[in-house]
Amino acid sequence: MSEHITFVVNGIPRELDVEPRRLLVQALREDLDLTGTHVGCDTSQCGACTVHVDGMAVKSCTMLAVQAEGSEVRTIEGLADGDTLHPLQAAFWEKHGLQCGFCTPGMIMTAADLLARNADPSDDEIRHAIDGNICRCTGYQNIVAAVREAARVIRSGGATVAAQG
Amino acid sequence: MIPAAFDYQRSATLDDALKAIADGGGTVKLLAGGQSLLPLLKLRLGSADRLVDIGRLGELKGVRRLPDGRLAIGAMTTYSELAASSARHYGVVADALPTIGDVQVRNRGTVGGAVAHADPASDLAACFLALDAEIVARSVRGERTIPVDGFFTGPFSTALATDELITEVRLPGPRDDAGSAYASLEQPASGYAMVGAAVVVFVAGDGSIEGANVALTGVGPHPYRARAVEAALAGSDRSAASLAAAAAHATDGIDVVGDIHAGREYRTAMAAVYTRRAIEAALARLG
Repeated sequence: MSEHITFVVNGIPRELDVEPRRLLVQALREDLDLTGTHVGCDTSQCGACTVHVDGMAVKSCTMLAVQAEGSEVRTIEGLADGDTLHPLQAAFWEKHGLQCGFCTPGMIMTAADLLARNADPSDDEIRHAIDGNICRCTGYQNIVAAVREAARVIRSGGATVAAQG
Repeated sequence: MIPAAFDYQRSATLDDALKAIADGGGTVKLLAGGQSLLPLLKLRLGSADRLVDIGRLGELKGVRRLPDGRLAIGAMTTYSELAASSARHYGVVADALPTIGDVQVRNRGTVGGAVAHADPASDLAACFLALDAEIVARSVRGERTIPVDGFFTGPFSTALATDELITEVRLPGPRDDAGSAYASLEQPASGYAMVGAAVVVFVAGDGSIEGANVALTGVGPHPYRARAVEAALAGSDRSAASLAAAAAHATDGIDVVGDIHAGREYRTAMAAVYTRRAIEAALARLG
């Protein structure tokens, strides 16, 4: 039995017929080809699958696609403005906030949730906010630096960086 | 991991949901925020023939002040919404909320879902026990109010009937003579409380302790009121020695859980330590 869902993904209205047990992350990756959202642990611990649903960071491996009916979903693909990177994307690049990059989409979406509620977070607040996102490469020092830098850029008028190459 | 197949029904109204769980026919589970239920279904530790989605029932959302001063928390209020509500003025709740799950979980997980799931290490359950909260449950048969002390009957077990759902959790109104706090020892990877202590103290005009409500989570088969600690605190002075002596009763009469993260002996010792810390923090809030 399948359910018909209508939702908005990265500003584009989408309709899908999904099995009730289909996870939101599967619908995004497999049905809508939005593979920027990653599946890491698949047990609600690592945060690699973090997306925004109605403006809030959620783990898309722990939400059914049918629960997103009528919602606005934003994935990492919906963050940049055309070729202009979001300040968080630019800051992760500038501050080397990644090594393999697997956790990065989730880290950035969680950080975006934080910055939407707290424009000037302390390092402790940043670390608390990314408690549900795991990086297994480099540790968190540069990730925290990147979030801090993005916050600064956004506060100073949101200057963004044009993507290169 | 993919859950086993199930039917799905999104309830448009509370009455729809009540009918759906009353009709039965196979295993029917209520889906709130899904932060406990979906992992269980994915790991196939649990199963359901049908999920009834009540997560977006507006009538179960939000926090409101009742005319008599009590605070009514709608069952589908998320942890994040609770943290932004007037419930944050209860010290014990403000302490506990940031320790629950992570941002993403708090954005979807609900108060009613947490209470109904009845995890033996639930932080919020200990807070509600210490606050003497009431659980409002409804079924097609009607509505009843259940004191939270006695609501948790075992690991993942409650006093709810199969056709009942939680509509609201009610907290007593704030009191000038009360201070409260929560202190927990978390498992570093999972964040689950190995020991969580929730305390509300009531202080007399002369500064002595008139009484206290003390609840522990993560320690026994379900969150519980530590009556022996409460008895020792009633009429007690506030000296460090007296508080420690009272907290030493934290596990009296409890079959303390031991596991790979914290053996029985260690957990018993930490229960006393974190109970003492929560008592001290609750008193400190009163100045």
